[in-house]
Formats: sequence, structure tokens, C-alpha cells
Amino acid sequence: MMLQPRLDSGRFLALTALGGVSFLALWSAAAMAGLTSREFLPTPWDVVARFARLVVEPFAGYTLFEHLLSSFQRFGLGFVLAVLVGIPLGLLMAWFAWVDRLVSPCFEAVRFIAPIAWVPFAALWFGTGIGGPVLIIFMGAFPPVLINTYRGAKQVDRKYIEASQMLGASSLRSMTQVLLPAAVPSIVAGLRISAGLGWQSLVGAELIVASSGVGYLMVKGQAAVSTATVMSGMIAIGIVGILIDVGLRRVQQVIETRRGV
Amino acid sequence: MNTPAATSRPFAKFGYTLAALAVVLLVWQALTTWTGLIAATTFPTPLEVSVAMQQVGIEGYSNGRWHEHVLRSVLLVTMGFVVASAIGVALGLAMGASRTIEALVNPIFLLLRPIPPLAWIPLAIVWLGLGDAAKIMVIFFAAFVPSVINSFTGVRQIDKPIFEASAMLGVAGWRHWREVLIPGALPSIFTGLRLSLQASWTTLVAAELVGAIAGLGQILNQAAQDIYPAMIVVGMASVALCGWLMTLGLGWVEARVMPWKAA
Repeated sequence: MMLQPRLDSGRFLALTALGGVSFLALWSAAAMAGLTSREFLPTPWDVVARFARLVVEPFAGYTLFEHLLSSFQRFGLGFVLAVLVGIPLGLLMAWFAWVDRLVSPCFEAVRFIAPIAWVPFAALWFGTGIGGPVLIIFMGAFPPVLINTYRGAKQVDRKYIEASQMLGASSLRSMTQVLLPAAVPSIVAGLRISAGLGWQSLVGAELIVASSGVGYLMVKGQAAVSTATVMSGMIAIGIVGILIDVGLRRVQQVIETRRGV
Repeated sequence: MNTPAATSRPFAKFGYTLAALAVVLLVWQALTTWTGLIAATTFPTPLEVSVAMQQVGIEGYSNGRWHEHVLRSVLLVTMGFVVASAIGVALGLAMGASRTIEALVNPIFLLLRPIPPLAWIPLAIVWLGLGDAAKIMVIFFAAFVPSVINSFTGVRQIDKPIFEASAMLGVAGWRHWREVLIPGALPSIFTGLRLSLQASWTTLVAAELVGAIAGLGQILNQAAQDIYPAMIVVGMASVALCGWLMTLGLGWVEARVMPWKAA
């Protein structure tokens, strides 16, 4: 039996529209049936209206954009820290075998701790300040940066390393001028995974240790049994997540075309 | 991460792992106990951690002994993961096999996909409270998305000549699924299952941290409230250990299901 042949785009779009509309219709019908309150199960347009209200009206202290801004700042800080530690450490591990052998077992052990499990220490060490969420984002975003830097640097053609050593390059210069440039495509691929994981961890962190941010907004919505607020938060998180990924994909494309990959 | 030299001599690698462990323990002991550079209120000493281990193992901590917490968390994850991935893999395979189903389901999927698993926690609490039902809902969404996506791409990645050969041989109906689609998609399905399992575990721990009666996340939550750093370390180590063992378990199943892929 063959796979079903590709549908023509008109049919595909019609079916997609049918699927989307019936999903929304089912949801609306369930919400309007009066089985539960509209607060508990809002209709899709209730959620849209709530989202619009959150944009202009402060909830849990800030408007939606202000919450997003503080989430994004934390995300940026944790992500940049992960990059600043992950790339040099990955290069060191790729260059010096003894660093690799000492760090690898510790790293493998720490990697199995879910980033969210750092929450108690985040709370203990930083309270509800900015450090707590940043620690958790760092723990989520760090492993892919390290792994991809290491793998990228390990795949460098031996002859380049030999050439640089023959020409008298120091370890530092070999790492920064041979390993690092060669590892860039792999590193950028790792950054995309990192950003995704970091953003996810941030949301989890804000559910527990924060007093602003989208996660915090959702917790407050949950406490007020306002499903529409919680769903608005989910939508905002989804949109920003997509934007971050699209941005990094652009960076990846630019780098790949420049290198003629 | 192994260097080629290290893998060819397993004992040397084992030695380095032991050395790394010893260095970590020594540095830890030195920083917390001998020099006191890190205060005991910030990070526990090795001795305190072993005391906390005994406490949770023998007397119990936060409504239960260690094995009760572990059992509860692992059972919940297994239940949610099995249900979600069974439905997810079936749906993914159907979407892969039929472009009509793909077109119909796609819009719902585009909505669900960008939402991080952890973001379902507040919604689950609003709808289902702090009990097991909410945990299962959260695990379901965490595990569902990766298993659908990877089963779907698994079917689409099957080489065209395989379909042509099976069409020529008149393979159809159930046999087409059992002998062409499922085996062809299996490697990708397992990639998805591994991601699903990881997401389920992380999400469950997070959900238990937010609120639960028992479970590993509850140990962490209670220890944070009691400001009991040694118990926090025990909780984190338990989370890592269980996650690691479950991943190993899935790898074992994978090797059984795909004997031809044995490395």
C-alpha cells in the first residue's frame, strides 16, 4: 500500500479550516452548555477578551507586557550566563582530555536533575529576587550549549589542529581561533535547544519563586479561579517562545549561508 | 562524553569517574566542614546529607518514607506516560499515514505545540485541584506532544522505495501497519518516547512542588519550607536517580523492541 498522495493545497486548507473550526465550536459549545460556570470554562472569545484586557489593565501588579518584559529579562540573563559558561567549558573539555574526564561525570550526574528541582535552593539562596529564576533558567539552558560546543569542537578536522600547532599556536589560540570557529554551526544549533528549554524552565520557576512575570500572572489567575487569565498566560508564553525560536533560526540561517553550508 | 581512548579502556574511564567523584566529595567536605567557607545554612555538609537520607528512609519525612514518595511519583508518571504516549503514538501514526487526518488535526496541534509542559500546571490546578487527577492531566500534555510529533515524522521519513515494494507485493490493511509503517517509524517513535518521558518526569516534579500530598516534589517543597538544605539535596538526588533509572528502563525496552538496531 502506498502513502496517501499529497493533497492539493485547496483541499488541505479546507480540511485544516474544518479541523480548527470544529475544535473551536466544540470548545464553545462545551462552555456555553452551562455545565460549569464561564469562569471555570470560558469560551474562546472570553479568552481573547481577557487577553486584550490584560494588555491594558494591570493584573497581579503589572500589565501583560510588563510581566512579559520581566520574564524576558530573567530569561535573557540566565541564557547569557549559560552561553558564557557553556561555550568556554565545552572548548576546554574538547581541548584538554583531563578536563573532559573530570567534568564529564559531574556534568552527567547534574544533567539528570530536572531544572525545576533547583527551585528549593533557588528560594533558599535568592529568595524571590532575580537570582532564583535565573539559576533555574541557567540549569535548563546550560546542558545543550555545553554538549553542542563540545561535539562541534571535537569534530574539527585533525589537520587544522596539527597545522595550528605546527605554526606555534598556544592552547588558548588553538581553542579560540581553530576550535571555536569550526564549532559555530553546532553551537548555534545548541543555542536553539537551550533557548527553548530555558524559556520552559523560566515558566516553571515563575510559578513558584517570583513576584512578577507571566508565570506569576498565571499563578494569580489560578488563585482567582480565572481560567481565562491562565489561558491568556499560556498564549503569551507560547507566542514569545515561538518568537525566540524564529529569531534564533534566522541567526542560524545567516551563519549557515555565510559559511556556504 | 567519551574520548575514543577512554572507551577502549573501560577501567581507565571508571577510574577517572571515581577520581572525579572523590574530588567532588573532598572539595565539598573541605568547603562546608573543614574551612566553613560555605555556611551550613546555604549548603549542607556530606554528614548532614547522610543523616537526612537515614531520616527519610527510616522514620519518614513529609507524610511518608522515601520508598513511598518514590513509588507514588514513579507510578503517577508511568500511568500518565503510558496513556499519553499510547494515544499520542497512535494519533501520530494516523497523521503520518493519512494526509486527510493530518490536515484535520494540524490546527489543534499548532495551538498545543508551543505551550511548554510546565505551563499546563496552573490550568490543571484550576480545573482539577491538587490531587492526582491534575498531575495526570499535566503529565498527559507533557508526554502527548513529543510522541505525536515524532511518530508522525517517523512515518514520513520512511523511504519511498519501501512503500513501492510493499504496494507491489500487495501488502495492505493491518499488515501494512504492522510490517511497514510501525517498524519504519520505530526509531523516531522511541526518540519521541524518550523526550516524552523526560518531559513527564520534569513536569510531575514541578506539579508536586506547586502542591501535593506526597511524592518527591513534595519532599523538595517541604524541605524548602523547613529550610532543611540536606533534605533538599536528598530530594534532588532522588529526582535525578529516578529519572536516570526510568531512562535506562526505556532504553531496555527499546533494545527489546528493535533488536536489529542493537549497537
